Amino acid sequence: MKILVCISHVPDTTSKINFTDSDTKFDTNGVQFVINPNDEFGLTRAMWFKEKQGATVHVVNVGGPETEPTLRKALAIGADEAIRVNTAATDGFSVAKQLASIAKEGGYDLVIGGRESIDYNGGMVPGMLAKLIGANFVNTCIGLEVEGDKATVIREIDGGKETLKTSLPLVIGGQKGLVEESDLRIPNMRGIMQARTKPLNVKEPVASNAETNTVSFEKPAPKGAVKLVDTVDELVNLLHNEAKVI
Amino acid sequence: MILVYTESEEGKIKKIALEAVSYAKGIADQMGTSVTAVSINANDISELGKYGASKVLQVSNDKLNKFNGEAYADVIAQAAKTEDAKVIVVTSSANSKFLAPALAVNLEAGYVPNVTALPESTSPFKVKSNVFTNKAFATTEIKTDRKIIGLGKNSYGLKENETSATAEAFSPNLDAHDFDMEIISVDKATDKVTIADAEIVVSGGRGLKGPENWGMIEDLAKTLGAATACSKPVSDMGWRPHSEHVGQTGKPVASNLYIAIGISGAIQHLAGINASKVKVVINNDPEAPFFKAADYGIVGDAFEIVPKLTEKLKEFKAQNA
Repeated sequence: MKILVCISHVPDTTSKINFTDSDTKFDTNGVQFVINPNDEFGLTRAMWFKEKQGATVHVVNVGGPETEPTLRKALAIGADEAIRVNTAATDGFSVAKQLASIAKEGGYDLVIGGRESIDYNGGMVPGMLAKLIGANFVNTCIGLEVEGDKATVIREIDGGKETLKTSLPLVIGGQKGLVEESDLRIPNMRGIMQARTKPLNVKEPVASNAETNTVSFEKPAPKGAVKLVDTVDELVNLLHNEAKVI
Repeated sequence: MILVYTESEEGKIKKIALEAVSYAKGIADQMGTSVTAVSINANDISELGKYGASKVLQVSNDKLNKFNGEAYADVIAQAAKTEDAKVIVVTSSANSKFLAPALAVNLEAGYVPNVTALPESTSPFKVKSNVFTNKAFATTEIKTDRKIIGLGKNSYGLKENETSATAEAFSPNLDAHDFDMEIISVDKATDKVTIADAEIVVSGGRGLKGPENWGMIEDLAKTLGAATACSKPVSDMGWRPHSEHVGQTGKPVASNLYIAIGISGAIQHLAGINASKVKVVINNDPEAPFFKAADYGIVGDAFEIVPKLTEKLKEFKAQNA
């Protein structure tokens, strides 16, 4: 089985979010970048397929050279090869189009993406990619087993979960549950050394057009101070009469 | 024409769908046009007119009883083409987020999810949405002829706009590829309010010391008709299921009221719940970061305060019933 894991290069979850260039660009100053958490759960699941079922695992990112350390980390975790599509990730559709070209060319059976990236929260790339390559698609995926060309997939739904049977080629939008938090791997020295010599192929982008363009950013207005109360009577009174939420 | 997909469950139109209709009517007014709703296997569509739909395309098809992303996206795409819709409004529910990307590819439409307000302008078409998990807003221009808006929950609200809606049967063409996926089983608690639908969410953190102490969280939630949730460490330690984890890497919360009990308020947690309207924190540590993000707070022992709060709310409910 050939697996492609789509890796988004995102600010660490603890990052302070600021903008520059008159609020038109994300300020990367002092920001630590990581593998998007939803993608990392998928990558770790892919490692399981590699170790138990002999799958080949490639990782891909659409972005400039500054995203390569994130791909090297994925290689250090255990992916066999990395691909970087050498273009800035502008909008979800243009990224999906680049990934579709890589997925078609590589003939992957399974493409694993994350439910959403934690920066722009678009949540659209895996679904668009699936549609572009004509593969089956399951979003908010919390469980995945593959046998031959059949897959059993568990999807989180509002208030529960649903088990589905489908066939490869398959694209999933994964999240925590695919593996547990405690299954996530910190690259060891051996992995890091090996990652240095694993292939990281840079591909030039295919022609695509952004359908959307973010023109500006703003931060939420600062919040007023918390109102501290001493008794539950006072709290219930405020929630009813002032906040009007009960 | 503005098309709105009105989600239903077990034949009943969901509240988020009515919010989406209200929003679609807002755009229609800006653009001088009308709203058509498309519903799949909904029994009673009378409410859609109340919020501004002037036409309802009703799909009735037993094969579509359970949500199916591929087929549902196909139905909406065909409705959009038949009606020549310029803007298609969906919600930010798990199902809308599942189908919208396929819909966008099918219609060659630019799609912006987590939208928080009516377009700032409709030509060029610019909308504001939540990004960086509620830590910022982006204003995005959609450049395609057709546009898809994913409305964030609880960001526009319900706005009544009595319109006389005409219902029309709509029979989409579905093909075999629409049914490449077979649902084997569904495991869903039917007696519990889901975090996605909840108006009020009661959430517990590590301060509760162990899973055996969740009874008081559940009692409080039950009294308020609320959903229960938890912080990331609590789900990582297995005290509560992952499905209850709210925050940046868990579920987003956009409820009217969010009550955090024994949660210190890590930046990732605050981001995930920040779209909630009113936030209450109960924590024995006055230095907990959550107090900076909350509207109301009580500094004190949750084990004392929560049962008292539940009792007080029961009294309050009895008086206001």
